[in-house]
Amino acid sequence: MKVTDVHFSLILRSKLKDIYRNMAKAIRIRKGCDIRLQGEAEKTLEMPARAEVFAIKPTDFHGLVPKLVVREGDQVKAGDALFYDKYNDAIKYSAPVSGVVKAIVRGEKRRILEVQIQADSITQFRDFGARAAKGANREELIQHLLEGGIWPVIEQRPFSVVANPEDLPRDIFVTGFDSSPLAPDADFVMEGSEAEFQEGIDALNVLAGDKKVHLTYKKGTSKLTVIQNAELHEVSGPHPAGNVGVQIHQIAPMSKGEVLWTLRAQDVVNMGRFLKTGKMDLQRVVAITGSEVTAPKYVKVTVGTCVSTLLEGKVTEGNNRVISGNVLTGDKIAADGYLGFYHHQITVIPEGDEPLFFLTEGWLAPGLKDFSLSHAFPTWIMPKTKKFKLTTNQHGEDRAFVVTGQYEKVFPFDIYPVQLVKSIIVNDIDAMEKLGIYEVAPEDFALCEYSCTSKINVQSIVRQGLDVIKEEC
Amino acid sequence: MKAIHSLISKIKPNFEEGGKLSRFWVVFDSIETFAFTPGHTTIKGSHIRDSIDMKRTMMLVIVAMIPALLFGTWNAGHQYYLSIGELTSADGLGAMFWEKLGIGAQKVLPIVAVSYGVGLGIEFVFAGIRKHSINEGFLVSGMLIPLIMPLDVPLWMLAVAVAFAVIIGKEVFGGTGMNILNVALTARAFMFFAYPKQMSGEIWIHSTGAATIDGYSGATALGELANTVGKSTTSPDVTSILGGFNVDGMFSMANSFFGLIPGSIGETSALAILAGGAILLFTGIGSWRIMLSFLIGGLAMGAIFNLAGANAFMSVNPVHQIIIGGFMFGMVFMATDPVTAAQTNTGKIIYGFFGGFFSIMIRVFNPAYPEGVMMAILFMNVMAPMIDHYVIASNINRREKRMILQTA
Repeated sequence: MKVTDVHFSLILRSKLKDIYRNMAKAIRIRKGCDIRLQGEAEKTLEMPARAEVFAIKPTDFHGLVPKLVVREGDQVKAGDALFYDKYNDAIKYSAPVSGVVKAIVRGEKRRILEVQIQADSITQFRDFGARAAKGANREELIQHLLEGGIWPVIEQRPFSVVANPEDLPRDIFVTGFDSSPLAPDADFVMEGSEAEFQEGIDALNVLAGDKKVHLTYKKGTSKLTVIQNAELHEVSGPHPAGNVGVQIHQIAPMSKGEVLWTLRAQDVVNMGRFLKTGKMDLQRVVAITGSEVTAPKYVKVTVGTCVSTLLEGKVTEGNNRVISGNVLTGDKIAADGYLGFYHHQITVIPEGDEPLFFLTEGWLAPGLKDFSLSHAFPTWIMPKTKKFKLTTNQHGEDRAFVVTGQYEKVFPFDIYPVQLVKSIIVNDIDAMEKLGIYEVAPEDFALCEYSCTSKINVQSIVRQGLDVIKEEC
Repeated sequence: MKAIHSLISKIKPNFEEGGKLSRFWVVFDSIETFAFTPGHTTIKGSHIRDSIDMKRTMMLVIVAMIPALLFGTWNAGHQYYLSIGELTSADGLGAMFWEKLGIGAQKVLPIVAVSYGVGLGIEFVFAGIRKHSINEGFLVSGMLIPLIMPLDVPLWMLAVAVAFAVIIGKEVFGGTGMNILNVALTARAFMFFAYPKQMSGEIWIHSTGAATIDGYSGATALGELANTVGKSTTSPDVTSILGGFNVDGMFSMANSFFGLIPGSIGETSALAILAGGAILLFTGIGSWRIMLSFLIGGLAMGAIFNLAGANAFMSVNPVHQIIIGGFMFGMVFMATDPVTAAQTNTGKIIYGFFGGFFSIMIRVFNPAYPEGVMMAILFMNVMAPMIDHYVIASNINRREKRMILQTA
């Protein structure tokens, strides 16, 4: 080899290293699936008539035992605490609008399900004072966020519950997009909120201390690529590519004993707005989607809004299911129910409570309308542009676990999903830890649950396992 | 359809708890859910669910077995007419087509009926005792069992074997999804060890007592090859047997591939089985990992034997080796049983490879058990949990190492 050759190869090597370093930040998810549903929201934003009633649902925050601060008939301003966490009284949950506490709805064992507020026509905000994120003291900032009741937008891993302000997280992760079926478009919902988003990211940097703030964005979107003070990661691939758990696993997997904080992009905007204005104003651009919505589109609303004004006259006749959130992880709500605290999507699909005759629609039918992850239906060779209208029918009865290899196809973790689920069913804590339960949340198993031939409710099982582990910790 | 459904709904209360016929609830439930996928809606978690269910999965496996079943039925008649000399290999295959099918159907249909009758009967009883609905697993086992039975199997013997396989092989473990051994192979193994005398000799072809022509032994390819073991490769016996495997012999490559040879009902035609395999792979029901690695394992062992070449059996061409006997059937329908195979993707490759490897090894090393595939797959069924254990242990180790690195 001549000297020039050696020189050349050295240059080449360092170039390749550079390319590799850049490539390492682009994450490509291969396992997963986009369920092609009808009813994607058209990219037009409406400002709908304001709902008369709003509600905050303690059940949106898993594991929370609420301690009420208000009583029925009390006057509240937006930002006034409604209840706090019984086991961590620093964490307050506040009213999204001003008005009168209309009702406190309780369920079994007097568990609080909803705190409803009859809204004033013009919202009066409690003033918490504007405060710049940059250069802020970490303790003071945390105190400020807790005070305003905006803290619960920060969730933590493991367990996927509201973050504990006393923790020092290993990293903070912000998911810039949602990949669930019919989820809102990342760039569209960010329109015009860039400055508030940057402020929120700056605040997270303070919360992270000397640790990193990671921000993921979907390949092909641009709004978030200009954001400063965050480590950017480009993500591509099918759902669940947008799940924060999947992204953490690809970027910097977590182990037992570590705590990470996670946020959704729109809540970073809300946090930024809170800091800039001193007002607790939880707004959200919500996609109204689903095959039963006559004109799917986006609306800008306040968290906790009653959905009846959004859906009235805009949904087809018939027996429908209204879901706050997406079809995989959302909550079933009444037609006059309330938008969940973390949700930025409402989906309406038909109920599937009709029996299906086996030759025409049931198990032995050709299945030209059945979207399936398995190849047992001819739809898998149809063009990818075809969209499907799916119902809430379970399509079969509960069975013992028989078919293998299904969960693995839609589970982009270096974790054995079936074995983890089985360890939870037999309540083997040691096995759950070894198999990686700290890295997952129920939502990461949503597609496993969708595709399961035996119709096993995997998400509930995973939640049950996380509860057991949390209890042990 | 509405009318049928309202009729079902009308008589339903009789079968529900407290009804006159409540002890027959399982029967009613299985008929109702057969005709109509229930209007159950999702309650928790994902609001939509995949249209795939156990019934469709199992039915697709049965569809995949149809080519082998039809061919086996025809071949039963074909072999019969060859054996009594009414036809010779010079006659076209189309000759006496319906007569052949008729003869075959006479033999095959009772076997299928007994298999399903006994097996499903037991399933109904157990489902009744356990108060859960019928699992669809036996729909597949009940068809697999006839396909791996010799044509002249006494029906009472078959019934005993099916009962053994369903009760001891499956129900004592908790039913479908819980069994360790493949149910159909358990039935076959039971026959093999419980009635060794009746499971050898001229049972592979239909005999009516009519004299068979000279030179037609009715033995299977493996049975013939087993006779070569322990004899010099140049002895006249061996050369005449090996002659049968030449291009114009009875067990020629073409005859073995198309399945024009004696053997268990569904195992002879590699072509029909591969057609079924194609259905399983296209629909994603069968694991390509297992099928491919099983094939490679069999070819690898065959090639190793070729290199050793210690006897005539060892020197059979590996490709010829895998298309005779039950190798193909085991590969496509038996090894891929998801309940008894390895469950991890890596594990499936290891499981399949050794399944194929041992199949050929057992048949050559132990010609007393010419059906090495059965033994190999049952053995790998037992080994599968251990394979998975080590595959998962390596994943656990990886996670622990990462944790040590991060905390260090």
